[in-house]
Amino acid sequence: MSVQTSSVPRIEEDRAATSSPSPARTTRHRVDPIYYLFLFPALAIFTLAITLPAVIGFFYSFTNSVGFGDFEFIGLRNYIALFQDPNILHAYLFTLGFALVTVIVVNAIAFALAVALTARIRFQTALRTIFVIPMVISGIIIAFVFKFLFANSLPALGQTLGLGVLSESILADENLAWIAVVIVTAWSAIPGAMLIYIAGLVTIPAELYEAAAIDGASGRQRLMRITLPMVSGFILINTILGFKGFLNAYDVIVGLTDGGPGTATTSIAMSIFKGFGGGDYGYQMANAAVFFVITVILAGIQLRLTAGKASFGA
Amino acid sequence: MSTIQPTVPRPDLAGEAPRRRRTGIGTDRPNWPLTVALIVCSLAVLVPLLVTINMSLKTTAQAVDGSAFTPPAPFSLEGFAEAWQLTNFPRGLAISAFITAVSVIGEIVISALAAFAIVRNWDRRLFRWSFFYLLAAMFIPFPVVALPQVKLTGIVGLDNPIGVAILHIVFALAFNTLLFTAFLRSIPLSLEESMRVDGASTWQVFVRLIFPLLAPMSATVGIFAFLGSWNDFMMPSLITTNPELQTLPVLQQMFQTQFSNNYNIAFASYLMAMAPAVVVYVLTQKWVISGLTQGAVK
Repeated sequence: MSVQTSSVPRIEEDRAATSSPSPARTTRHRVDPIYYLFLFPALAIFTLAITLPAVIGFFYSFTNSVGFGDFEFIGLRNYIALFQDPNILHAYLFTLGFALVTVIVVNAIAFALAVALTARIRFQTALRTIFVIPMVISGIIIAFVFKFLFANSLPALGQTLGLGVLSESILADENLAWIAVVIVTAWSAIPGAMLIYIAGLVTIPAELYEAAAIDGASGRQRLMRITLPMVSGFILINTILGFKGFLNAYDVIVGLTDGGPGTATTSIAMSIFKGFGGGDYGYQMANAAVFFVITVILAGIQLRLTAGKASFGA
Repeated sequence: MSTIQPTVPRPDLAGEAPRRRRTGIGTDRPNWPLTVALIVCSLAVLVPLLVTINMSLKTTAQAVDGSAFTPPAPFSLEGFAEAWQLTNFPRGLAISAFITAVSVIGEIVISALAAFAIVRNWDRRLFRWSFFYLLAAMFIPFPVVALPQVKLTGIVGLDNPIGVAILHIVFALAFNTLLFTAFLRSIPLSLEESMRVDGASTWQVFVRLIFPLLAPMSATVGIFAFLGSWNDFMMPSLITTNPELQTLPVLQQMFQTQFSNNYNIAFASYLMAMAPAVVVYVLTQKWVISGLTQGAVK
């Protein structure tokens, strides 16, 4: 889930490396026909399962189709309506804001845990094992568990302690429900980011810290001057991957709030899926097309930012 | 690093080191405050899981009050028995296992074959372009193509677990092919050429040499495929139309509507759905973590 970014720039180097030195390659070699057979399954399922539906969906985004029966071309009217639809705008704002907050929360906690888990601690293996557990648990199931805790246990605790804010379920408060969504999403996403940070931290040579200790650097200085700069590439990777992933938020929200209360926590993915039952198939395809454009813009930023960092993690 | 060392005055090093060692770096003494802090933090992971176990062992009469931390009195396994029947657990387990197995095998084999073909024919435009074409999938999240996909799978009769597995394979294709191509580029051609001199066909080279060499990467791809398929809710819930063919995560939805106050049954069911992956992970954690980490740094 992490890697693509670091490897893309490397392709360029490899191409140069493989094409120049071996003399056999200067003349175009005969391709063993079986290679086409090797490549075929991947290309076939990709074309049928992604390219084809993408093209069909884009086509329908210019129609008033309700998902079946007759339809007419209506030009850009779906797109124009989309930008005037308060529910859609809210879904985009909510999802972008949620993704931003969650990325920060996840990275801060994951980084702190990674630093702590690579330090000289007892029970290192056991603790590491425990902290990775959320990664193997289904998002929707843990969301159901947290839903119970937020709806029953937390208000009970709030009442006992006499805390007004906590004494009612935050899932029922349209201004607070997003916090629950961030907490559960972070709970699920932290281990993945943490493993990437651990992988980064163990590549830092111990001599650097020893030299810093000899020079009398404090713990804070070691963190700011050595650790953070050395893992900056990993911070970038985690930020971009996390942001892209959280934009697709669905499972956890369905389990926790189902988009509510009202439409307070309805994500972009959830709004698109309303096209299944709502009779606005063409309209939601326009929504999907806009979402696709946003994803591509983010991917562009990702390639740009990581292009200069080809070497880290290698 | 060797360039730094000469600049450090040796006597100084000898004199300073023992005192500084006590502060942490370079000692074998464990950092107890940090260890305790981590143990406290681990409660954030463990408490939801312990609550799940706790609730699942209560009777329906006791669980209805919704208090998560009171111990079960009396212990009861009725929740498990009820959940087993309500969700038809063996069937759900079989379907989840089927989708996961097809995805794991499909992702490894299809991506490895494609990556091998691409890397060995990189000088050919068709293969090079195919690579970038497959990579484009990373920029297309499922929600973007979900609506037409659901219609298409319905039309061709793949609105079932097989269709779900195929989609799991497709959406992981870009990432997996990238992992395999990166790894394949590091395998020297000479091994392969000596096999070919001995008369081995391309197929034999792949089966006997390349695929075994790819094993560590296949493990990484397989672990990600397992986690992605086993835990997915979005695709099976949208693609599979027959509720009797649903996976374990999707089946848990029934406790939000029909049996919303039978917490013991709901939590017993959640526990049974989570347990297989957690147990397998804890037993193989060293191997799994190294596999996941390899995916992270490659």
